[in-house]
Amino acid sequence: MNDIFKIKPKLLILLFPVWLIIYFNLESIANIFVYDIINLTKETHLTNAIWFFVFEVPKVLLLLTLIVFVVGIIRSYFSPEKTRKILGGKKLFVGNVMASILGIVTPFCSCSAIPLFLGFVESGIPLGVTFSFLIAAPMINEVALVLLFGLFGWKTALLYMSTGLIIAMISGYIIGRLKLERYVEPWVYEVKAAHLEMEEEKILFSKRITAGIDAVKEIVSKVWIYIVVGIAVGAGIHGYVPENFMASFMGKSAWWSVPAAVLLGVPMYSNAAGIIPIVQALLEKGASLGTVLAFMMGVIGLSLPETIILKKVLKLQLIFVFVGVVAVGIIIVGYLFNLIY
Amino acid sequence: MVSVKILGTGCKKCQTLEAKVRELVTSNSIDAVIEKVTDLQKIVGYGIMMTPGLVINEQVKSYGVIPKDEQIINWLKEN
Repeated sequence: MNDIFKIKPKLLILLFPVWLIIYFNLESIANIFVYDIINLTKETHLTNAIWFFVFEVPKVLLLLTLIVFVVGIIRSYFSPEKTRKILGGKKLFVGNVMASILGIVTPFCSCSAIPLFLGFVESGIPLGVTFSFLIAAPMINEVALVLLFGLFGWKTALLYMSTGLIIAMISGYIIGRLKLERYVEPWVYEVKAAHLEMEEEKILFSKRITAGIDAVKEIVSKVWIYIVVGIAVGAGIHGYVPENFMASFMGKSAWWSVPAAVLLGVPMYSNAAGIIPIVQALLEKGASLGTVLAFMMGVIGLSLPETIILKKVLKLQLIFVFVGVVAVGIIIVGYLFNLIY
Repeated sequence: MVSVKILGTGCKKCQTLEAKVRELVTSNSIDAVIEKVTDLQKIVGYGIMMTPGLVINEQVKSYGVIPKDEQIINWLKEN
């Protein structure tokens, strides 16, 4: 199994045209498979659902592989240490803006949230700036972006990224202005960390390509099942749920749908990969974009498990402020988009 | 005798690394003491911001990733 990945990095370039050919012919491939090979009659509910599945699964997986690979290479240029160096000494606001942007490109996993938080605070980065990073990093992740791009188009993906950035900047700024340092567990400020001088040796580009391949192996092997199941459920909705079915409770006219979507989204976590395809299908059936966006941000950006982990370093008051500020931000974004679209 | 510390809380990668190091130590019959460090203050004390961290003879060798087998063996044998 691992031998497949031992191909020379240079040979990967040859794979790219193959990727392009498959990607841009997925519609014909899905047509041939559904109508010719398994020979289904056109325009029945079942056929629609199966076609949707056969078309979307390879599309999203292909996109995911490519984007995760590229992001893996980009991230090899960044590290939490570098980010910490860049953010050190930055004032509020400028610091918040930079922290939010760095949150996208710095390698991050929610299990590292605490060491990262401690490392940032220990080196004197303001609390508000640290929060901007901690909000942006999980919210704007490559898997979510790929799914949004693949299923909704580049506009929605861009919209999601920019609103995520804005929420991270502003929430972090507010938390910074509120001067909540006293609600950080006191021991945090006593941590003394060694400052590693890891060898900043020149990394060969082939090593960065290996980093990209490693990222693909790690992430794709983890999320593919959620994506397949999510698209399967989405396909079911696509084929069977009547048009405008969702309009009454996820449409614009239902004012409570935005906060409800956030409330529902927060406890859901690692299933972001599976939830986006479902949400996409709901959008088709009359749910409104603002509500859907709010729901996704609640799922991806605010997660219960991560918040519980933060309890180790933050007092409850600060956790409430953090969740509250971000949730309100998401709700505002949700209403805003329901108004605009 | 090599002192090996695996820095990490409960995450999956940390468990994978620990299991891997234990297996490599046994299969290469290296004389080593392996310790799992879960105390956050100690973990951060080593200066890492990503788990899992691999510390050999009090030197941070890697963090945030699971190194390749050959790499780990080399580090273990260097000492």
